[in-house]
Amino acid sequence: MSTLTLAARDSSTMVRRQLKRMIRYPSMTVVLIGMPVIFLLLFVYVLGGTLGAGLGGGRDAYVDYVTPGILLMAVVSAATGTAVSVAMDMTEGIVARFRTMRIARGAILAGHVVGSVIQQFLCMLVVLGVALAIGFRPNATPVEWLAAAGVMALFALAMTWLSVALGVRSPNVEAASNAPMPLILLPFLGSGFVPTDSMPTVLRWFAEYQPFTPVMETVRGLLMGQPIGNSAAIAVAWCVGIGVLSYLWAKKLFNRS
Amino acid sequence: MSNLAIAANGLRKSYGDKVVLDGVDLAIPEGTIFSLLGPNGAGKTTTVQILSTLIRADGGEARVSGFDLRRQADDVRDAIGVTGQYSAVDKLLTGEENLLLMGDLRHLSRRDGRRRAAELLERFDLAEAAKKPAGTYSGGMQRRLDLAMTLVGDPRLIFLDEPTTGLDPRSRRGMWQMVRELVRDGVTIFLTTQYLEEADELADRIALLDHGRLIAEGTAEELKRLIPGGHILLRFADTDLLDAAGSTLGTGIPDAETLTLQVPSDGSVQAIRELLNTLDERAIRIDEMSVHTPDLDDVFLTLTGQQKETTR
Repeated sequence: MSTLTLAARDSSTMVRRQLKRMIRYPSMTVVLIGMPVIFLLLFVYVLGGTLGAGLGGGRDAYVDYVTPGILLMAVVSAATGTAVSVAMDMTEGIVARFRTMRIARGAILAGHVVGSVIQQFLCMLVVLGVALAIGFRPNATPVEWLAAAGVMALFALAMTWLSVALGVRSPNVEAASNAPMPLILLPFLGSGFVPTDSMPTVLRWFAEYQPFTPVMETVRGLLMGQPIGNSAAIAVAWCVGIGVLSYLWAKKLFNRS
Repeated sequence: MSNLAIAANGLRKSYGDKVVLDGVDLAIPEGTIFSLLGPNGAGKTTTVQILSTLIRADGGEARVSGFDLRRQADDVRDAIGVTGQYSAVDKLLTGEENLLLMGDLRHLSRRDGRRRAAELLERFDLAEAAKKPAGTYSGGMQRRLDLAMTLVGDPRLIFLDEPTTGLDPRSRRGMWQMVRELVRDGVTIFLTTQYLEEADELADRIALLDHGRLIAEGTAEELKRLIPGGHILLRFADTDLLDAAGSTLGTGIPDAETLTLQVPSDGSVQAIRELLNTLDERAIRIDEMSVHTPDLDDVFLTLTGQQKETTR
């Protein structure tokens, strides 16, 4: 077998392992999906009336506004699971076993990454389903849907590599579950829940220039048929930048440990 | 000689200032059980990690199963199997799934993988628990599954790093039995342990590792000849009695702090009787007495005695 087919075979073995683990540990998936869904319901039903009025609409207008932010939150939530799952592997000795076998380099992390992206899309689909059920009304064309999915996929990949690196770096599973926590806050400190121009200067400055905001602006614009200006380009640049750096970091940490 | 499973020369490894391996040479013939014996921190696990391609040595060279450790690491990996100190099983997957996973990673065909898994489940007495997650297994079962996973690819050389640490005596004997069966099939075993008894039971040759250096090597019989008989430990009420006992017997190592005297002895009834009579005649009262047969401590005290003296 050539090196390439070997790498593909080992990676698909590892992906299948991750999917099986997901099925065996459903409570984890439920928690990861539950978090963004609860935030969606809380924000729409508890705060949505008032916040929507501030936007010049009502609760329905707010569902449209907040859903893209919640989608990002779903990605980050699933990424927390990835960090935990990587840390579990690293601390339980099974990775040491894999390393003493003739397995394609990178297959172990590839399994985590592909499994994680699948989990993130699962999370997003559930969030999207709930959002549609409670009044989310996007008016995107199929092309715009595809573009939005592409941006989210890029974002998901970036977050996955970041959480893989955090997982490898963590000395134990608890630390790994805490490490991605600050990321959960980023949709709040951006345009996820309210427009940034309502924020005080310093916060607004941070909110406008942090990486999550252009991603949310792009997805919102594509789904709701609003102009997106240059935010798509900025979003892609951020995602590629974070993704590549995290990939290199994760690889370095993994090869060293 | 092409019949060496492991040939290592001057392996060195340090972490920062701490020297873990200080020039280790090994020559292990195929189809034998070799045991690396040593206390915690002696460098046993590091040796296994180097020889199984997990980490790189800072210096020295080694051929494992005929392949150069550095340049042909993947060929080495094809030939070896490693069962570490901590069970390296996927606790979320079932026993059977763990074995099938190994089959896939060893690039067996689906059919061969299934056949091998069924065979190993049967052999390691795990058939009944095959469909249960490995996380629900007892410690002994997890070790058995771990070893079964190692065997999926039919490795010619197996590293067992403290395979029985933390196991109850019954599971330990079961593990020994399995190791013996493996060697019957022509496999070479590299076993690390901190139990003298285990090395004694299993190994063709034993090497003693201390502070990253091999301090003795040979068969169990050869090594035992290096070990003096056991000793009798006597405790007294005060230092006067301790001194009196010491001068009366004319032998033994006194410890004023614990008020004990360690007298070399083979521990036989005859020797104990003589000792007690001698002290009785001088009316030296003994508070407490215990008999020690030779153990790993004695081996190390004897063989590392000089080094310990100088470091103090």
